[in-house]
Amino acid sequence: MQSEMIKRAKELLASGEVARVVGWKAGEFDYDITPGVFTTAEELDSAFLYNDLCEANLSKYMIAQSRKEGKTLVFLKPCDTYSFSQLLKEHRILRENVYVIGVPCDGKVDVDTVKATGLTGICSMTSDGETVTVKTLYGDSTMSKADAMSERCINCKSKKHVVYDELLGEEGDVVADNHRFDMVEKIEAMTPDERFEFWRNELSRCIRCNACRNVCPACSCEKCVFDNEQSGAFNKGASDSFEENMFHIIRAFHVAGRCTDCGECSRVCPQNIPLHLLNRKFIKDINELYGEYQAGENADERAPLNTFTTEDVEPSIVYERGGKQ
Amino acid sequence: MQKIGVFVCHCGTNIAATVDVKAVAEALKGEPGVVFSTDYQYMCSEAGQNLIKNSIKEYGLTGVVVCSCSPRMHEQTFRKAAQSAGINPYMVEIANIREQCSWIHKDIWSATEKAIILGKAAVAKVQLNAPLTAGESPVVKRALVIGGGIAGIQTALDIAEAGFEVDIVEKQPTIGGKMTQIDKTFPTLDCAACILTPKMVDCAQNEKIKIYSYSEVADVKGFVGNFTVKIKKKARYVDEDKCTGCGICTEKCPVKNVPNEFNMGMDNRRAIYIPFAQAVPKVATIDANYCNMLKNGKCGVCSKFCTVGAIDYKQQDTIVEEKYGAIVVATGFNPIKLDDFDEFAYSQSKDVITSLEFERLTNAAGPTSGTLLRPSDGKHPHTIVFVQCVGSRDTSGCGKTYCSKICCMYTAKHAMLTREKYPDTDVYVFYIDVRTPGKNFDEFYRRAVEEYGVHYIKGMVGKVVPRSDGTLMVQASDLLSNEQLHINADLVVLAAAIEPDKSARSLATMLTASMDTNDFFTEAHPKLRPVESPTAGIFLSGVCQGPKDIPETVSQASAAAAKVIGLLAKDKLTCNPCVAQANELMCNGCSSCEKVCPYGAITYSDKEFRMPDRTTAIRRVASVNEAVCQGCGACTVACPSGAMDLKGFSNSQIMAEVDAICK
Ligand SMILES: Cc1cc2nc3c(=O)[nH]c(=O)nc-3n(C[C@H](O)[C@H](O)[C@H](O)COP(=O)(O)OP(=O)(O)OC[C@H]3O[C@@H](n4cnc5c(N)ncnc54)[C@H](O)[C@@H]3O)c2cc1C
Ligand code: SF4
Ligand code: SF4
Ligand code: SF4
Ligand code: SF4
Ligand code: SF4
Repeated sequence: MQSEMIKRAKELLASGEVARVVGWKAGEFDYDITPGVFTTAEELDSAFLYNDLCEANLSKYMIAQSRKEGKTLVFLKPCDTYSFSQLLKEHRILRENVYVIGVPCDGKVDVDTVKATGLTGICSMTSDGETVTVKTLYGDSTMSKADAMSERCINCKSKKHVVYDELLGEEGDVVADNHRFDMVEKIEAMTPDERFEFWRNELSRCIRCNACRNVCPACSCEKCVFDNEQSGAFNKGASDSFEENMFHIIRAFHVAGRCTDCGECSRVCPQNIPLHLLNRKFIKDINELYGEYQAGENADERAPLNTFTTEDVEPSIVYERGGKQ
Repeated sequence: MQKIGVFVCHCGTNIAATVDVKAVAEALKGEPGVVFSTDYQYMCSEAGQNLIKNSIKEYGLTGVVVCSCSPRMHEQTFRKAAQSAGINPYMVEIANIREQCSWIHKDIWSATEKAIILGKAAVAKVQLNAPLTAGESPVVKRALVIGGGIAGIQTALDIAEAGFEVDIVEKQPTIGGKMTQIDKTFPTLDCAACILTPKMVDCAQNEKIKIYSYSEVADVKGFVGNFTVKIKKKARYVDEDKCTGCGICTEKCPVKNVPNEFNMGMDNRRAIYIPFAQAVPKVATIDANYCNMLKNGKCGVCSKFCTVGAIDYKQQDTIVEEKYGAIVVATGFNPIKLDDFDEFAYSQSKDVITSLEFERLTNAAGPTSGTLLRPSDGKHPHTIVFVQCVGSRDTSGCGKTYCSKICCMYTAKHAMLTREKYPDTDVYVFYIDVRTPGKNFDEFYRRAVEEYGVHYIKGMVGKVVPRSDGTLMVQASDLLSNEQLHINADLVVLAAAIEPDKSARSLATMLTASMDTNDFFTEAHPKLRPVESPTAGIFLSGVCQGPKDIPETVSQASAAAAKVIGLLAKDKLTCNPCVAQANELMCNGCSSCEKVCPYGAITYSDKEFRMPDRTTAIRRVASVNEAVCQGCGACTVACPSGAMDLKGFSNSQIMAEVDAICK
């Protein structure tokens, strides 16, 4: 796949169809693959990567890239196309300046999952699609790819690209029977005290690095409320730990109905906070109260949270449910 | 920093009995910006208003906080007072220490503490208030009346009489409502048709009135003075302009077994029908559920016989869009379904009927041409039992908790008319109470008892059992003589409770008009503004607002018309200056706000912005049309980045209030 992608990218660069390419390249550690911008065939040959470790969702970069001179080629995995399409819906990306090539994905390997198995001193990781080989300071070890995948990939919601100009490889389908709400259900079953304790404990580890917000395709505001002195939410977090928790709750509200469940927030969090659970709770509630809805699936469809119909649930029903838990 | 004056009102004892007003005035003295703080017995009185005006001048106040009743009562009063003393009216804030404090608390200490907190929040808000100037918007000089019963008819006629155009949207093929089905009317016993038909004809002939029959309101946008309404004209498969109402089609149509709703299903009509002889408009309608031609393309009889070629099997629903300055709701009522009242055997026996069915059985245009006959065997009933309060004043959960108000009187009417026409008939009326508090009402009821010998029995009917000989065994208790009664009746008439039309709730949602838990529309003030909805520009007429008889309906209908005329007589309305505004530097152009705006006030444009690195970028940004925005604030909540803000209720003002409360 990688060589095919490089070939197409070179062709499009050579023909002048696109001015640059957004893809993946090696980062500081070789298992830490990061987004990269390529403008020449040489750069592509020497640095462009596409393998089981390319986790990053490249869609958000298109907000800035699509405003540059000339078209930008971007490679999007199926789930990334949902974010891309949601950004189109919010008028954040200039579609005519982007050339999208959809690439297949059968789940990405995640270094945190690998670390969680107890391995330390990891130097590099490779995957052949079946088995992951991990080189550590203390020797090599192998595991099946399924055991090395992150939760979001195990519970993949779709292998289908919702927007593209061109596809490479086989097109897949929406995965209907994923288990992405299992953990949300467990949290819902907790008593309010237990739930409060659960979240206080998780969120207490937050160091307010802002990585979750910065990576989030739904958090694409020109000026985020947390950076705006006038907003009244400015610097939520600095004063005490409770305020700090509010950052996450406000953010979850802001992305509600727009979050595609791409899982980037939880992936980049250096403190391994399961942020996606907050967003999934909203998604689950929206599904239950307003009917099944997947943000990003359809750029023309109106979103339940900002669509008003006379069939909408009455507030009383929402209260009832809220009160029950 | 503003120079703020605080005025704490006693409201007689309304506030002062539960809130230590002096302590409130004293406590607020210490708040930042407060230069003057006092209390007074009635702030809204002339002396109270003068106190504000004089203090503004004396202390050079730039902001005013009045701790008093709800802003809905007197915000305008105090704004005007401030304005006349030379400060911008929007520099006045109200702390509601009556409805939200003294009226709902008992303990002086905690009520006073709360009043102080509410006062502090208002002071914190005024600090951030900015002067605002209201614009003006034009008034569309045309009214819409939804529902063409006697209420809607009367309102429309009165509005038209004043010279304004008015449209009636009626969902049935004809206007007239329930009154068309009633035979004679209490308390005067004049025939309903005789007094209603001329009004229906007036509507049809009045050139200011346009009737959209067989139509429904599909969508409402806009605001007082400027509503845009989509009206769905349902396909009636007959060209209204061509049809002369000759009725030949309704005689020739081969489908003869359609239950006739005008006669409460007690006889049949054809698939093409005119509801009754005096229908307005007198135009035929094809019932698509029964018409052979529409169902399977095999027939076409009506079209062959129609001499003017009015039949059009291809007609489609059409949507008409119209603009209105005011909307009147007159959607009326229906008797409740009696499925939950098995004890009365309504669904088991044809001879257990509702009062409205009884009206049809005694009406000359009804299924029996006005002779009172039992529906089961067409024989004369000799013993009739009337049961009042079926589903009214019912706390068991099966029916309605409220009193339907009209049943006592129409039951007396039915009983009296029966005895008059058929003196050989025994008539029993079972009641919980007889309520007759109207002009000439009690006299009417007493006539039924004293002159017509109707047996009024205070008590409940426990069970009605159909017997094999065709009679009905009525088991009841007589509460006054404390005995069980068994009456062998030929006919049982149930005075079913009435409820608002089922379509009222979705209509209320479209109109953003509020309703009570029974789905009756609520008025802006139960005593002082009984015909206005709290939503500006929406008025209420008839039973849709609460149970009423015809005299009351008509007076309310005329009152609503007067309010509408008052509105339409104005050329311009003062707009609310508390409108939304987008900060372009922060706007993402994401359209969240536009999608939630119920008034369509938000548009987008691409604008060039200077970037920090001296380049420029074109960005899509929102802007609000101030003449259209109603200041509902929906957009400010939808906007993730906080770019959208509401003047007079800015995010920072609200935050300041919250902070003041939590301090
Ligand atoms: C059995 C019985 C006997 C009565 N006898 C008497 C009597 O003797 N004397 C007396 O004073 N009162 C009597 N009344 C009361 C009287 O019927 C009412 O007071 C009167 O009909 C109320 O008129 P209205 O216009 O408010 O409602 P309605 O008559 O119900 O008219 C409402 C109209 O609105 C239409 N409508 C409803 N929803 C919509 C919608 N969404 N869009 C468009 N159109 C809509 C309906 O089709 C209907 O035409 C009696 C009532 C009953 C049930
Ligand atoms: S909140 Fe997390 S899962 Fe949702 S869109 Fe943002 S990064 Fe993706
Ligand atoms: S947290 Fe809210 S304001 Fe900040 S970037 Fe995300 S959506 Fe925008
Ligand atoms: S990425 Fe993690 S640590 Fe950083 S701000 Fe988000 S939750 Fe906190
Ligand atoms: S406040 Fe916002 S949503 Fe409400 S009417 Fe004005 S622009 Fe529309
Ligand atoms: S919601 Fe906010 S950011 Fe989005 S278009 Fe409206 S004002 Fe701009």
